[in-house]
Amino acid sequence: MLLEGKNLTFAYDRKKGNILTNVSLRIDSREPAAIVGPSGFGKTTLCKILSGYLRPQAGEVLLDGKPLPKKGCCPVQMVWQNPERAVNPRLRMRATLADGQQIEDRIIRELGIEEDWMNRYPQELSGGELQRFCIARALGRDTKFLIADEISTMLDMITQSQIWNFLLKETKERGIGLIVISHSEALLSRVAGRRLTF
Amino acid sequence: MKESGKRFGWNQRQRARLLLVFSVLFLVTVAAAGYFCRDASMVTDFSRKNLAPCFAYPFGTDWMGRNMFYRTLTGLSMSILIGVSAAAVSAVMALILGIAAAALGKRADSVISFLIDMVMGIPHILLLILISYACGKGLKGVIVGVALTHWTSLARLIRGEVLQLKESEYIQIAERLGHSKLQVAAKHMLPHLFPQFVVGLVLMFPHAILHESSVTFLGMGLSSEQPAIGVILSESMRYLIMGEWWLALLPGIMLVLTVVLFDLGGTSLRRLLDPNSVHE
Ligand SMILES: Nc1ncnc2c1ncn2[C@@H]1O[C@H](COP(=O)(O)OP(=O)(O)OP(=O)(O)O)[C@@H](O)[C@H]1O
Ligand SMILES: [Mg+2]
Repeated sequence: MLLEGKNLTFAYDRKKGNILTNVSLRIDSREPAAIVGPSGFGKTTLCKILSGYLRPQAGEVLLDGKPLPKKGCCPVQMVWQNPERAVNPRLRMRATLADGQQIEDRIIRELGIEEDWMNRYPQELSGGELQRFCIARALGRDTKFLIADEISTMLDMITQSQIWNFLLKETKERGIGLIVISHSEALLSRVAGRRLTF
Repeated sequence: MKESGKRFGWNQRQRARLLLVFSVLFLVTVAAAGYFCRDASMVTDFSRKNLAPCFAYPFGTDWMGRNMFYRTLTGLSMSILIGVSAAAVSAVMALILGIAAAALGKRADSVISFLIDMVMGIPHILLLILISYACGKGLKGVIVGVALTHWTSLARLIRGEVLQLKESEYIQIAERLGHSKLQVAAKHMLPHLFPQFVVGLVLMFPHAILHESSVTFLGMGLSSEQPAIGVILSESMRYLIMGEWWLALLPGIMLVLTVVLFDLGGTSLRRLLDPNSVHE
């Protein structure tokens, strides 16, 4: 599948100038891609536009030539930088995970999510444990592209490598396109074939 | 560190629970007792008039020989019932208007916000007197008056909370995962709003009760045959200079006690519902 951004222009506040001006990109699901650039240059903003959280002021996002569907589960899913903010503090993890679209038990098992974590509240889990839930939640039945926005910055090396091993295998098997944002050179050279630089 | 923090949290929660149970028990007892001694509180007996508090008449008797203990209980129970109904109506209004302001878009929001600011800008007691007067005084006037004046602060609180929730990442994520606005509101917003709503409701009682007695005291509320606290207090003013201190003091203390207990109950409830203390 092909994810395209065409002439994307975006500003949070018009008076303060554009964050993105006429950005175009094409990403093929067969080849994992990385978006790199200095902090504050709008990488996260671009991800939010590609996955439909934000609407660009000009330009469009196309998946196989068609705009992203407005209703239903978005085929482009994003995993956020901060797992603590991406889960509802008042719900048990089982309920949070249920937001995802029919998540297979296999995914939960391979991510190392323990049955006991399911009945806990987010305050009772570590950042790394929460991030596994967020990844699982994004890997629902209809997901075609997965955007990973600095998802492993706060994890130790062993956990990082576990999670990335899983993500590479899973996306390859299911033909899901993978877009990685990271500041870590080691990680980028391992997972991404293509680089898009700001 | 962690160990002692845990123990501290547990003790605080236990104390909050105890306070809550105590306040609820006290208020229910007063409300029920007042209901059952309503007839006894109306009995006049001139052979026992103007008695100071004693064993048989803990709150003394008045110039018509009425048992002031019974009268106080009946008055308080009426106040509690009025407070509960007015606060309930008010809290439901606040919930609906607060959610509408945040969920229905900019125009609805500015209309409701304007309404909130306007009602908040007028002193409660003034608005209450006007509404109560317009509704023909009496029980209905007081309830409508209190309900229409007290919803604002809770509505503002709920509106703010919903606006903030709409921006939160987990709610945006849930919407991107294909859940409708209604599903998201029920699953993700309600658990945040419910505690606010319940605590706001309970903390509204003391205001409602005080305002009810104030309008009644000023002669704009319940009629003077009713054994309401406001009526008792305003009548007793005339006898205060003649040295019959108990007519005003003891019912007054009971009123303050009731209000304080409602407040304590509400604060304990808030502590118990706070997620940070729940999962310490
Ligand atoms: N919700 C927002 N409202 C207004 N401005 C914002 C908002 N989010 C981000 N910005 C601004 O947009 C710019 C780009 O932010 P963005 O988060 O996309 O950067 P980034 O490239 O992801 O940085 P980092 O590598 O640190 O994550 C920043 O200058 C930031 O201040
Ligand atoms: Mg970022």
